[in-house]
Parts: sequence; C-alpha cells; structure tokens
Amino acid sequence: MYRIITRKEWNPTVTQMEILAPMVAKKAKPGQFIILRVDEEGERIPLTVAGTNPEQGTVKIIFQIVGGTTEKLNHKREGDFLQDFVGPLGVPTHTAGIRKVCIVGGGVGCAIAMPVAQEFHRLGAKVTSIIGFRNKDLLILEDEFAACSDRLTVMTDDGSYGRHGNVTVPLKELLEAGETFDEIVAIGPLVMMKFVTLTAKPFGIPVTVSMNPIMIDGTGMCGCCRLTLHRDGKNVTKFACVDGPDFDGYEVDFDEAMSRARMYGEFERHAYEKACNLFREEA
Amino acid sequence: MAIVPKKHEMPTQEPAVRAHNFDEVALGYPVEIAVEEAKRCLNCKNRPCVNGCPVNIAIPDFISRIKERDFEGAYRIISEYSSLPAVCGRVCPQEEQCEKHCTLGVKFEPVAIGRLERFVADYHNANETEPPKKPESNGHKVAVIGSGPSGLTCAGDLAKRGYKVTVFEALHTAGGVLVYGIPEFRLPKAIVAKEVETLKALGVDVQTNVVIGKTLTIDELFKMGYEAVYIGSGAGLPNFMGIPGESYQGVYSANEFLTRSNLMKAYLADPETPIMKGGRVAVVGGGNVAMDAARTALRLGAEKVYIVYRRSMEELPARKEEVEHAMEEGIDFRLLNNPVEILGYRNPDDLRDPKNGFVTGIRCIRMELGTPGADGRRRPVPVPGSEFTLDVDAVVIAIGTSPNPLIKSTTDGLNVNARGGILVSEDGATSRDAVYAGGDAVTGAATVISAMGAGKVAASAIHARLQAE
Ligand SMILES: Cc1cc2nc3c(=O)[nH]c(=O)nc-3n(C[C@H](O)[C@H](O)[C@H](O)COP(=O)(O)OP(=O)(O)OC[C@H]3O[C@@H](n4cnc5c(N)ncnc54)[C@H](O)[C@@H]3O)c2cc1C
Ligand SMILES: Cc1cc2nc3c(=O)[nH]c(=O)nc-3n(C[C@H](O)[C@H](O)[C@H](O)COP(=O)(O)OP(=O)(O)OC[C@H]3O[C@@H](n4cnc5c(N)ncnc54)[C@H](O)[C@@H]3O)c2cc1C
Ligand code: SF4
Ligand code: SF4
Ligand code: FES
Repeated sequence: MYRIITRKEWNPTVTQMEILAPMVAKKAKPGQFIILRVDEEGERIPLTVAGTNPEQGTVKIIFQIVGGTTEKLNHKREGDFLQDFVGPLGVPTHTAGIRKVCIVGGGVGCAIAMPVAQEFHRLGAKVTSIIGFRNKDLLILEDEFAACSDRLTVMTDDGSYGRHGNVTVPLKELLEAGETFDEIVAIGPLVMMKFVTLTAKPFGIPVTVSMNPIMIDGTGMCGCCRLTLHRDGKNVTKFACVDGPDFDGYEVDFDEAMSRARMYGEFERHAYEKACNLFREEA
Repeated sequence: MAIVPKKHEMPTQEPAVRAHNFDEVALGYPVEIAVEEAKRCLNCKNRPCVNGCPVNIAIPDFISRIKERDFEGAYRIISEYSSLPAVCGRVCPQEEQCEKHCTLGVKFEPVAIGRLERFVADYHNANETEPPKKPESNGHKVAVIGSGPSGLTCAGDLAKRGYKVTVFEALHTAGGVLVYGIPEFRLPKAIVAKEVETLKALGVDVQTNVVIGKTLTIDELFKMGYEAVYIGSGAGLPNFMGIPGESYQGVYSANEFLTRSNLMKAYLADPETPIMKGGRVAVVGGGNVAMDAARTALRLGAEKVYIVYRRSMEELPARKEEVEHAMEEGIDFRLLNNPVEILGYRNPDDLRDPKNGFVTGIRCIRMELGTPGADGRRRPVPVPGSEFTLDVDAVVIAIGTSPNPLIKSTTDGLNVNARGGILVSEDGATSRDAVYAGGDAVTGAATVISAMGAGKVAASAIHARLQAE
C-alpha cells in the first residue's frame, strides 16, 4: 500500500498528489511514468511522474479527472492509501546535446511537460514554453513554467486568459520569424501533437511527442499500448510503455493512435457514471 | 484381475453449462474413483513413466500409496520432486510426458497419472491445515525475479534450506502466467494463492510492483546484500503476425485478452477494466494459449468463436484434453487456414462514426500439407486463389511469445541467444557471476513443469555455491 502524503486541487478537474514510494522516487527521471491501482478491484492506469523528492521518498502525480478511475482517485485524501504504485516505467526524455528547446504543452499534458521543461532548464538549455488550455479555469502550472522558461506564452482556446487560439499559432509565428530550435517537445492531446508536428515540418525541426495509449502492465507484456511508426517507407510496431512514451513526431501514425484510443468509449462513459453515482450516494 | 482398459472418467461440468461460467471445468476424482484408477497401475519394474516426467516424480510409488489409501504418504512422495502438484496435475501435457510412456498405454489407455497427482494435491490442500514451519535462517540472502512457477519453486526450495529469499514481481499479484494467463476455469486462482501463502509462511518476502531493470537493477540487488540472483522472468513478450490490419480496435494479443480477463477480472459482471464481450471472435493459433483465449471469449458471451490454425488437427500443440473440451463447448476449428489480413471499418466521410477503426473480418488462405521439412513435420503451403473472409468483431492473436528484453538490456554481461533466451549452463548459471536463470526466460514459452524443474535445479546450484563460499 502506498500512502498519499499531500493532495492539492489545481482546479475542479486537475488534482496533484505526492505518494510515498521511495524506490520509485529514487529512480524516476523526467519523461517516465508510473502505473497505479486505486483499490483491490481497480483498473491499472498510467500517470507521468511530475516530480520527485528522493529524500522524503515521494513521487508527485498530476491528473485530470476524465473517467471512472481518475474520479475514484480524486476522492482519496491525504493519509489514504493506494493499492498499487509501480515504476518508474518507460524511457526518460532524451536531453543530451539539446541547447535550445521549445516545449509545447496542452491541457493536462502540461503536467507531463513541466518536469521535462524543468530538466532542460536545469541542464542549462534555453527553454521556450508554449502552454495552452481550453479556458482560464483549466489553467495550471503557469508559475512553474515561468520559473523554468526563458520565454513563456499562455494560450486559451476561448481567449479568456493569455492569448486567444491554440498552441500552434505562436509556434508558427516564431518559426516563420526565423527562430530555430534543436528540438520541439509536444505533450498533450493527440490532435494537438499531430498539428504541432505538421506546423514544424516545413521548417525541418525535430519534434518529440509523448504518446499516451491505453496500457495495462507497462512492461511490454500485453501489447495493448502498441502504435505504428512510419520509418524508411516501412511500418514498424512499437510498444509505448517500453519503447516510449517519447517518439519522433514525424514517424507516428496519429490517426491510428486516435482511433485506438476510442476503443472503450462506451465502457468508459458507463464506468465514469458508476463512479460518480457511487460518490453521490455517499455524499 | 482383468485390466480396466480405459481411464476412469473425470467428472466435468456439462459443456452447455460451463460454456457460460468461469468455474473449473474438471471437478476432480472422488476418493473411490482415485483408488480404482490407482489400481490400474501395473507397478512396472522399469518404470517408463518416470522417465517421461521432466522432474522424474516416483510415479508408481505415489500411486501405490493411493492404492493403500495413504494419501498424505502419496503427497510426501510427490513433494520430494514437485512443489506445484495441484497445478501440474491440472495443466501438464501428460499425453506428451509421463502418460505417453506408460506401459498400459501400449494396448489400452495409460494410467491417469495427472488426474491422480491432482487428486493427491487437492486431498492434501483440503485436509492439511497447519502452515509449514519456518526453517531456521542460515543468514544468506537470495533475490528471485519473477513469481511464475519457476521463481516460486526456486524461492521455496531455498527458503526450506534456510535462505532469506525476496521475490520481486512486476505485476500486482504473484503467480506469473498461472494468474495472468491460464484462466480460472482451468486453474482456480485460489490454488496459486495458496502456494504463495505457503511460501510466505516459509519466510519468503514477496514484493509485488517491482520491475527489475526499472525500479531496481540486478547490480543494485547485489549492492543491497543479495548474494545470488535467480531470473525467472518468463517469456511475456507477445508476437504479432506482421499482416495488415493488426492495429484495428478489437485486435488483441492473447496476453492482453487473457490479462484483462484473468488478472484484471474483466470476466466479472461489472468490471472496472474493460474487455470486448459478445460478438464473433477469431483466435489465431493452436496452442494452450489459443484454447484458453477461445474458451474465455465464449464464456464472456461471444456468439461464435473460431480457432484459425495453419496446420492440421494432428499438429495442434495444445493439450489434448483442452482441445476436446473446446470442441464440446462449440468452438469452431478452422484448420489449415492462415490469416493474411485483418479487415476493419472505415468511414472517411464521417470520422466521428463510432464504428471507425473496428475489426470487421479476417481474411484467410487455405493451406495444404506439403512434403515433410527437415523436422519431419509436413509444411503447410498456401493454396493459390483460395482466400476467403470470416466475418468477426474481434481477433485474438495467440501465435507465441518471446522472452522480454527488459532485464537483458539493463544488465551488463548477461548473454542471450538469437531468440532472446538467457544462456545458461546445466545448473542454470548465466554468463554473470552469481546470476542464475530458468524457465521460459531461458527456453522461450514452454511448460509449467519444466519451468518448475529449472527453478529446483538452480536452487540446488545456488545452495552449493553459497555453502562453498
Ligand atoms: C504514459 C502515460 C502517461 C500519462 N500521464 C498522465 C498524467 O500525468 N496526467 C493525466 O491526467 N493523465 C495521464 N495519462 C492519461 C491517463 O492514464 C488517463 O487519463 C487515465 O487512464 C484515464 O482513466 P479513467 O478511468 O479515469 O478514464 P477512462 O474511463 O479510461 O477514460 C475517460 C476518457 O479519457 C480518455 N482516455 C483514456 N485513456 C487515455 C489516455 N491514456 N490518454 C488520454 N486520454 C485517455 C478516454 O478516451 C475517455 O474519453 C497518461 C497516459 C499514459 C499512457
Ligand atoms: C495462456 C497460457 C496457457 C498455458 N497453458 C499451459 C498448460 O496448460 N500447461 C503447461 O505446462 N504450460 C502452459 N503454459 C505455459 C506455462 O504457463 C509457462 O511455461 C510457465 O508459466 C513459465 O513459467 P516461468 O516461471 O518461467 O514464467 P512466468 O509464468 O511467465 O512468470 C514470470 C513472472 O516474472 C514477472 N517478470 C517479468 N519480468 C520481470 C521483471 N523485469 N521484474 C520483475 N518481475 C518480472 C512476470 O510478471 C511474471 O509474473 C501456458 C501459458 C499461457 C500464457
Ligand atoms: S509433473 Fe506432469 S509429467 Fe510429471 S508426473 Fe505429474 S503430470 Fe506427469
Ligand atoms: S508405466 Fe504406467 S502402469 Fe507402469 S508404473 Fe508407470 S504408471 Fe504404472
Ligand atoms: S502496456 Fe502492456 S505492453 Fe505496453
């Protein structure tokens, strides 16, 4: 069992927790993730390591409440326990040799992008961050990004905060103005990552994307996290949990990934309603 | 006394009933039938059956005890050789092993050795309530990676010799394939859980949620004071066919399908982990894994389940009993057929159409058996122009698994063969000092009994090594 040490609500749909898991805290690097189960009957869900405190043995997670399991997780309080917590899984984000980087985060993807931005900053790279949200209420981590970025642009889809529009707008402006980067790191919804890749393509700048397919074991055993890369004219199958989650954006078959992500749509709606009803009855 | 030509029949749930539940299919011999079956054994002097068993259980000896109704005595004999008789009695491919060599089998049906072994183990489990005594510690620490039959056996044997053993398991439940792969209706999970509890009573520390190579490396285990390491990490990496359409929604590896159903309990009425239930399902492959996937799909409510296999009935590698059970339950065997493409639904005019990307069928080509190859098996060759389509809603691919590269890629100096199997000497020693390995991690996908046997051999080797130091 894994104790919840702190809990903080960023906004009504995004919560942060620090979990006591000393072995994971000692090992985790930016870009890696954990898999947890809330309780004995629970589903296994992957969440990115949003930070660690190796001395205290804690691992920070930031999650968006999108369905049954994240809803249940959100009802856990400081001092409560999680059934399972395993990691760190996946390959850490590649940082070597990158001096100038643009981090593009969308929605809760910013929680995944933030430790990556912090790591680049710590390594002395020049960090440009563009973060986007649907509206002002969903904004998270602005201060944290400001602290580790040489330049930060905040976007909202409806213009209720920062600049109006989505994250590809300022990215395109920068690139067209002649700005260059060693790499662009895009983390967020699949559509967003797809369009960041398309935006960067004419300028030939490498794009790394963080894929988040449905997972179970996270060790390469089940293959449900597989995705297709188009590499040298061939289709290559990779497992996001062990080969990723970071991939070359130019190679990823986004349309297939989006299709696979919808596999259990109906089931997920039912699970969410069930979880909500459960807590409504308790209340 | 006249010889009884046939094995005593195993009581089973009726096919029409069991096709809709996950309860165990074979119910086990009652005492009287077990004694009668034991009496069929001729107690042969040359004991051919013993050579057929990968761990050489003293078969006629334990069967004699059953004849004398000394069931605990029978259990003691078996446990000298095997730590998982309740499991192996159920899942061993007996017709390829002990029973294949039984003298009685030359003219009649062989003695039902597996069923008798299961009877003895179940009798013991039902009547023996005292937990095993914790042996005195010898002060040495050993780490075991993986809690499948191989790791559990190695851990148990070392613990009985006084070692302080820690088992590290990546998943949240111990048991390996016995809990995530083999379904409840063939191997009740309570049996595996009981084996794990017995180990804990012997003082073994089972740490789930630890992925060796990620959470800790083998080098770190030595730094933590473990003096030897046993790798029993299995062969969990699923193979795909490399044909078009394998990414459609509704295409599963058998590992994914079975893990969702077994480990994640998606077979329950209102599970938290989703799985496709109902519809028409094609399972590709002919081994135990394929049978398990097909029968699981049926029990989840599929209206039609096909087994698509490229060779003929004779070559089906699954246990005979499982094939018979599957046929009785109504699984449709499409043999000498090879899949060439998986078909899916595409509606380019409406990308939001929820059916987009889902499987609609599997295209196969008929095969004929050609001339025998180097291994004596007749190779299947495609019949030109014979393609046809089976309309299905899901496809489960059960064409084999390979050892997972995770440990190899995080351990310097650990040598593996071309298929990823860890290279070991006869006693299980790897190319790394004080690191041993066995089971599917070495051989690739094999059997429970061979994985268990390898764990025993390595436990002895580790013991010899640490005592010599
Ligand atoms: C490597 C990795 C790292 C991740 N890191 C984070 C993180 O740091 N914070 C965070 O909030 N989420 C993260 N996710 C996504 C997270 O795992 C899912 O949101 C979670 O599994 C949803 O579970 P649920 O039962 O609450 O919702 P479900 O009922 O499973 O899903 C509800 C809705 O969420 C969508 N969804 C389901 N799974 C995913 C997924 N894997 N990615 C995106 N959308 C999904 C569904 O399509 C559906 O619309 C990560 C996913 C991966 C694979
Ligand atoms: C569906 C199915 C049906 C089968 N039916 C039969 C049958 O009827 N009869 C028969 O004899 N055999 C059968 N087999 C084969 C048999 O189950 C295996 O040969 C046997 O389980 C191998 O045992 P093992 O201990 O080597 O590995 P496994 O049982 O695979 O156990 C390995 C364990 O190690 C863990 N692990 C892996 N990597 C790591 C890591 N890095 N760190 C920590 N832990 C790790 C895994 O999670 C797993 O729990 C079947 C297999 C399957 C999949
Ligand atoms: S362990 Fe398997 S092969 Fe050996 S006697 Fe028992 S059933 Fe036969
Ligand atoms: S070969 Fe058959 S009959 Fe002979 S001892 Fe073995 S089990 Fe008995
Ligand atoms: S989550 Fe199972 S292989 Fe990646």
